[in-house]
Amino acid sequence: MATDDARLKPSRSMDTDATLGHHIVPTRIYYIIFGVLMLCTYLTVQIAFFDLGPLNTIAAVGIAVFKATLVVLFFMHVRYSSKLTTAVVIGSIFWLAILLALTMADYLTRIWRTYG
Amino acid sequence: MPDTAGHAAAPAALAHHFDSLDQQREAATLGMWVFLVTEVLFFGGLFMVYTVYRAWYPEAFAAASHELDVVLGTVNTAVLITSSLTMALAVHAAQLDRRKLLMTFLLLTILLGVTFLGIKSVEYYHKFVEHHVPGPGFQFEKEYARHAQLFFSLYFIMTGLHALHMIIGIGIMLWMLRWAYRGVITAEYYSPIEISGLYWHFVDIVWIFLFPLLYLLGRHGH
Repeated sequence: MATDDARLKPSRSMDTDATLGHHIVPTRIYYIIFGVLMLCTYLTVQIAFFDLGPLNTIAAVGIAVFKATLVVLFFMHVRYSSKLTTAVVIGSIFWLAILLALTMADYLTRIWRTYG
Repeated sequence: MPDTAGHAAAPAALAHHFDSLDQQREAATLGMWVFLVTEVLFFGGLFMVYTVYRAWYPEAFAAASHELDVVLGTVNTAVLITSSLTMALAVHAAQLDRRKLLMTFLLLTILLGVTFLGIKSVEYYHKFVEHHVPGPGFQFEKEYARHAQLFFSLYFIMTGLHALHMIIGIGIMLWMLRWAYRGVITAEYYSPIEISGLYWHFVDIVWIFLFPLLYLLGRHGH
């Protein structure tokens, strides 16, 4: 059993404290991420009051994606987790992209708008 | 915890079907993420519907979005982000075996979650008073009435399902608070806090997308 330990140990990021079995993120990082998230919230609200045409949507979704990425990487520890977990996370985004892209490819290229 | 302890005697928190605490933690985290993938696609379907209808009826959606209270929406976003911070700090306290601190942060997370739901119910109340709830009593500018109803249907379904997730999350946090109080959670066995935290942060992420898409799209103009 003991000999299997090394093989079964999940691979980790370079900056992981090797003496610990799990990574403890310094609280300073949590506070910084919190600050950035709050700043982004302020920015996205401010930007929404200017008429930038299609850029409004791009900015709103772009900032939301950035905020979500920070939450996933730091609050949800994906930055410090195994490659397998990271693959599952990326897989979820990939499948969501299939859902959105293929559906919109259909809706945006046909004349559906026959009522309303 | 150094997993070298496993050589002499198995740690108390280690289930017999795992080789090490590391492997046990890894399995718990991976399992939670697999569940969260199903949640991503569950909410993804709703975002898909939103995208299609917004692409079809941009003017009606902007006009309907303009009726939402952006101040309450922004405050709620801040409340939820703060609750994610207290959740992350709760996991940190659990990792360091600081039981009282863990309980404090869990309690703060619960209180912020309840605050979010309180503000949300005030918003829902306003929508009922203003006749913006889809159904026979729905009232809106005649030009957009029909499609504004689509927007408000999506608003109530999406924020309603999000609120349901919040209620479940608060229930989980109360459960974790009880476990922390009883000493079930230790530095060796903090996975319950870690994966409850993953759920909590996921619900926060859903709101991070809901907020700009529902509240902010109609801010300029009108």
